[in-house]
Amino acid sequence: MIFSKLCARLLNARASLGFNTVDRFVQRENVRCIHFTYYKDKNTNTSGETENMNMYQAINQGLRSALTNDPDAVIFGEDVAFGGVFRCTVDLQKEFGKDRVFNTPLCEQGIAGFGIGLATAGVTAIAEIQFADYIFPAFDQLVNEAAKVRYRSGGEFDCGKLTIRTPCGAVGHGGLYHSQSPEAYFAHTPGLKIVVPRGARQAKGLLLSCIEEPDPCIMFEPKILYRTAIDDVPTARYTIEIGKAEVVREGDAVTLVGWGTQVHVLLEVADLVQEKLGVSCEVIDLVSILPWDAELVCKSAKKTGRIVIAHEAPLTSGFGAEIASTIQEECFLHLEAPIQRVTGWDSPFPHVFEPFYLPDKWRCFAAVRDILNY
Amino acid sequence: MINRARLGLGKQICFRNVLQQTKRRCSSVNTSTEVNTMIDTKEPSYIGIQTNFTDELKFINNENYDPLPIFRILNSSKSVQLPKLDEQILIRMYHKMLTLNIMDKILYESQRQGRISFYMTNTGEEAIQIGSAAAITLEDIIYAQYREAGVLLWRGYSIVEFMNQCYGNYKDNAKGRQMPVHYGSKKLNFVTISSPLTTQLPQAVGTAYALKRSKKKACVACYFGEGAASEGDAHAAFNFAATLECPVIFICRNNGYAISTPSLEQFKGDGIAVRGPAYGISTIRVDGNDILAMYYATKAAHEFCIKEGKPVLIEAMSYRIGHHSTSDDSTAYRSVNEIGRWNRYTPIIRFREYLESVGLWCNRQEQESKESIKRSILLAFADAEKRLKPCWKELFTDVYCKMPKHIRKQSCSMEKHVTEFREHYPLHLFKST
Repeated sequence: MIFSKLCARLLNARASLGFNTVDRFVQRENVRCIHFTYYKDKNTNTSGETENMNMYQAINQGLRSALTNDPDAVIFGEDVAFGGVFRCTVDLQKEFGKDRVFNTPLCEQGIAGFGIGLATAGVTAIAEIQFADYIFPAFDQLVNEAAKVRYRSGGEFDCGKLTIRTPCGAVGHGGLYHSQSPEAYFAHTPGLKIVVPRGARQAKGLLLSCIEEPDPCIMFEPKILYRTAIDDVPTARYTIEIGKAEVVREGDAVTLVGWGTQVHVLLEVADLVQEKLGVSCEVIDLVSILPWDAELVCKSAKKTGRIVIAHEAPLTSGFGAEIASTIQEECFLHLEAPIQRVTGWDSPFPHVFEPFYLPDKWRCFAAVRDILNY
Repeated sequence: MINRARLGLGKQICFRNVLQQTKRRCSSVNTSTEVNTMIDTKEPSYIGIQTNFTDELKFINNENYDPLPIFRILNSSKSVQLPKLDEQILIRMYHKMLTLNIMDKILYESQRQGRISFYMTNTGEEAIQIGSAAAITLEDIIYAQYREAGVLLWRGYSIVEFMNQCYGNYKDNAKGRQMPVHYGSKKLNFVTISSPLTTQLPQAVGTAYALKRSKKKACVACYFGEGAASEGDAHAAFNFAATLECPVIFICRNNGYAISTPSLEQFKGDGIAVRGPAYGISTIRVDGNDILAMYYATKAAHEFCIKEGKPVLIEAMSYRIGHHSTSDDSTAYRSVNEIGRWNRYTPIIRFREYLESVGLWCNRQEQESKESIKRSILLAFADAEKRLKPCWKELFTDVYCKMPKHIRKQSCSMEKHVTEFREHYPLHLFKST
């Protein structure tokens, strides 16, 4: 069989990915499981039809809806034409044509600049940077150009119709350049809007918001969720407001703040804390990094008096620092313990040490226990 | 790339998934691009390259081929047959060159006197700017570097507007936020200039793609210096413009210097022009000090871009007669003699000789024009200087379309502070609301 031959070749090439012909049903110790349990979105306040789908399918549906709604909208990036290396743009070229969904040369600064130019002409430009780790060549275009077009021209020009989508975060085996979470670099840039979905439902709603938003937006998509995050996603068009955080679980003893994959880690931590320590945690999905919902976070901080912020990116100057200093300023009299940050370490993102690098549920749990004992 | 893709497939994949992926991949490849990969020992069949085999071991470099020649009309030994230009347009071109030159002198001096903070002159490059601008239409969108004030002038940007921007007064449409000479005008389709070099190139390509899809009979003209062409964004833009077939005219002002760096230290090949064909871009090298050559080359590029929907590269050879900017004394790195040589026979002088030879210009017109241009510039200059700056609160607007809460909070906090410490801030220079 030709397929089995092909498979065997793939397996030999990448045994570390977990395919093995001999013991394919045996859980191998050196292959890591994902570090979190996915918590399905419980939001049921949207009426209308829903469909069970994973995050890449939800994004695909969002993109399809954007292209249908706006005949000028275009999607471009590296390898998006055949469906994308994460399948987010699958079938779109077939449906909308080669002039609306197309590959670009392999050049991130070009992709960002090209997108700014399209948006400056009033065209909805949806660009993909294949991995957030490779967004840095486009840093100049995004920080010096996209973010400042409106301001520097006194509002005469803008590139508000630009949306950048890029996969981010840990994936189990991504090493240095397939795992990074660079949101804090961009959070220091007035003029940009930054969001991170925690699942399929958020991804579609946030994507459509980013596309509609009259400011340039970056959506960091935690790549580990593309297939694992399965929600009942409304099939109709809907948006999720940028700049608003969401209380995913209410509680009164400690506030846990995170975004993206980390929200699921924190939900599991909340369960653990309830089970082992008998108190309830409030879990907040920040959703939007810039602008961020300080009001909601501070309200929760005043209620619980104890805060743990967790993110995959390194500690020093991570976005947790911004949240911590704001809470300290706004809620000083309500705090019962120093604010805790549980984050990636100040090292590059390592390959085999990933289990020791990530702010997993045990590190978060320890932080909650310590903050309760303070 | 393959590694990236593999990782993307993730560890969740089981046998069946792999099969599906492989199937999908194969079918999508079949439907998208036909690639002939038949292996033949006689004819090369490498993807994307069409050539022959050779048994000669030979490296290729500049010395293997002739450098690109420079297209010129004025002072050409042969008479060039081209469609005639209207006399009024010729005179207007000359008048705009003079205006640009006089405005440069006045604003340069005003910076020396500390009246504006910064300035960059266009001396020696007037022909590139006016010649190319005259050959395109107002429908075409301009992306510029910073030494292209003449393009704006040709399109109808008024002297008053130039002055307002340099002073950053409340009449400046960019609200005084950028340094002088960072002009922009929505109504004239001239995208606001920014300081980071070459960033405008891939943007111009994106805008050109949009124009092409909109089916408008227009293209983008994008200006940059030979120094800027060394930036990665130039490579990005050339390659994107060619592969995505975008109607953009890249106009490179090769004036010999990037601040102090002579172009000899900028590139080793045959200038910028030779790169065009390497990207698959139709290219021409032009005498940038010959306004007629600039005009006709740009005119042809414009027609080609719109008809073919593809890019063109024009390398305009020139010399930067002025200092790089008011923050630069160019005699620190080049000789006064060298500048003097180029200054004796400027694009303005060359064009004036031509106009006089065909009886369209004379000494008296020259004197009268110079006087009236100078008068109108000084008048606008004085007005702009007297005007207040915009209200300081404009510092906080236009960061986003709508002001987010955190910025509003900062604005309020500053307002409170300014009220308390008002005597320490130059409030009298700014509008109050």
